[in-house]
Amino acid sequence: MRQMSQVARSSAGDPMTPHPVMIRRIIWENDDTFTLTIDPSDEMEGYQFLPGQFNMVYVYGIGEAAISISSNPSRTGTLDHTIHRVGTVTTALAQKKRGDMIGLRGPYGSSWPIDIARGKDVCIVSGGIGLAPLRPVIYTLLAERAAYGRIIVLYGGRSPLDLLYRVELEKWANEHNIEVLVTVDRGDSSWKGHIGVVTALFSYIKLDARATVAYVCGPEIMMKYTLNELDRRGLAPDQVYLSMERNMKCAIGICGHCQFGPTFICKEGPVYPLPRVRALLDRKEL
Amino acid sequence: MEKENLVDILQQHPFLLGLSDEHMQTLVGCASNVRFNEGAYVIREGELANSFYLIRTGRVALEMDMPGRAGLRIQTTGAGEILGWSWLISPYRWHFNGIAVADTRAIALDGECLRRKCEEDPVFGYDLLKRLAQVMERRLEATRLQLLDLYGTTASGVGA
Repeated sequence: MRQMSQVARSSAGDPMTPHPVMIRRIIWENDDTFTLTIDPSDEMEGYQFLPGQFNMVYVYGIGEAAISISSNPSRTGTLDHTIHRVGTVTTALAQKKRGDMIGLRGPYGSSWPIDIARGKDVCIVSGGIGLAPLRPVIYTLLAERAAYGRIIVLYGGRSPLDLLYRVELEKWANEHNIEVLVTVDRGDSSWKGHIGVVTALFSYIKLDARATVAYVCGPEIMMKYTLNELDRRGLAPDQVYLSMERNMKCAIGICGHCQFGPTFICKEGPVYPLPRVRALLDRKEL
Repeated sequence: MEKENLVDILQQHPFLLGLSDEHMQTLVGCASNVRFNEGAYVIREGELANSFYLIRTGRVALEMDMPGRAGLRIQTTGAGEILGWSWLISPYRWHFNGIAVADTRAIALDGECLRRKCEEDPVFGYDLLKRLAQVMERRLEATRLQLLDLYGTTASGVGA
């Protein structure tokens, strides 16, 4: 399942050296999350990524952060990264403008196994920024919509203003026959949608347990409760995939910062089949 | 609405799946069909809680009154779910407002009638209580998750 893309390593062959890339656009999705669109450099010609993979994004003089790629894998010429401003590097990225240069190396990590979902239903469960690594999955499914059965997207956010990709969510539901259910932790009187945790949305859907593949990404505790719901509905563990997050540094399996039990998330992950990590999820302080 | 039709509707509601025919007959005597237009109050904080709603279609938001500011909506309940258990617990007052955020159809079960039947038939009462306890357990779990404010702290993309 692990499929490393090859391309955007340093032209000098050093996997730790970032390419300089130019920021084409910054779109603020909400108060603290933005989508950074970059133009790959000439050195990155032929750059390709798979849904679920990430890049190391470097702010010169500040440092690097591992950021999932959130754009359409079939679209060449630009790359999107949706970034939650929470630390030094992401705060520095948030202060960048169109035309500024940053560094980038990647893509790294495993990808969502989309081919196994052909002819089946797909249930995508995400929370918060977790929708970003799954957006390339949705684009890929839509490129061959007829090859898949039902596509269900369950998405939870903190509040209506915190939701990502609101225009696209509506478009996916209205124009692409995707069952999109969105919920927020708290809303005001203008919000007519669901309020509650993302797992509560399972009450409103019926899954064909034998013919559904689930992709899950969000805060780890959200994923644990989501796995319980999928289990209650009879999905076998080998039909479930999830994306894990740990602190990444080298992204090439050397430094050990992202060790998760016997695996390094930067190399074997971030996307894992559930049986590979099920026992680790219940282990304390891992 | 005919009693037979109400039984059909009740039998299809997920909350009552598997309820015996005998208990269904007990229950239907307390049931009536109700409808709320979008924006209507289904329940009001502080008022007598004398109904138990099985939502058929639509959605109801639970809202807490906040002095000096707009109400805060903390949960919604929709098709196939239930609304309200204060009818069971003394002093039988609603703790929240419930506002239909979409046109909503429901079966209303009279709380006083239900309590009386639960007292008369403890087996029926225990069955009903077990079903309610399951819902309460799930909602307690969901509330705990909401309290964690899950989405505010994760970094930036890889995994979340």
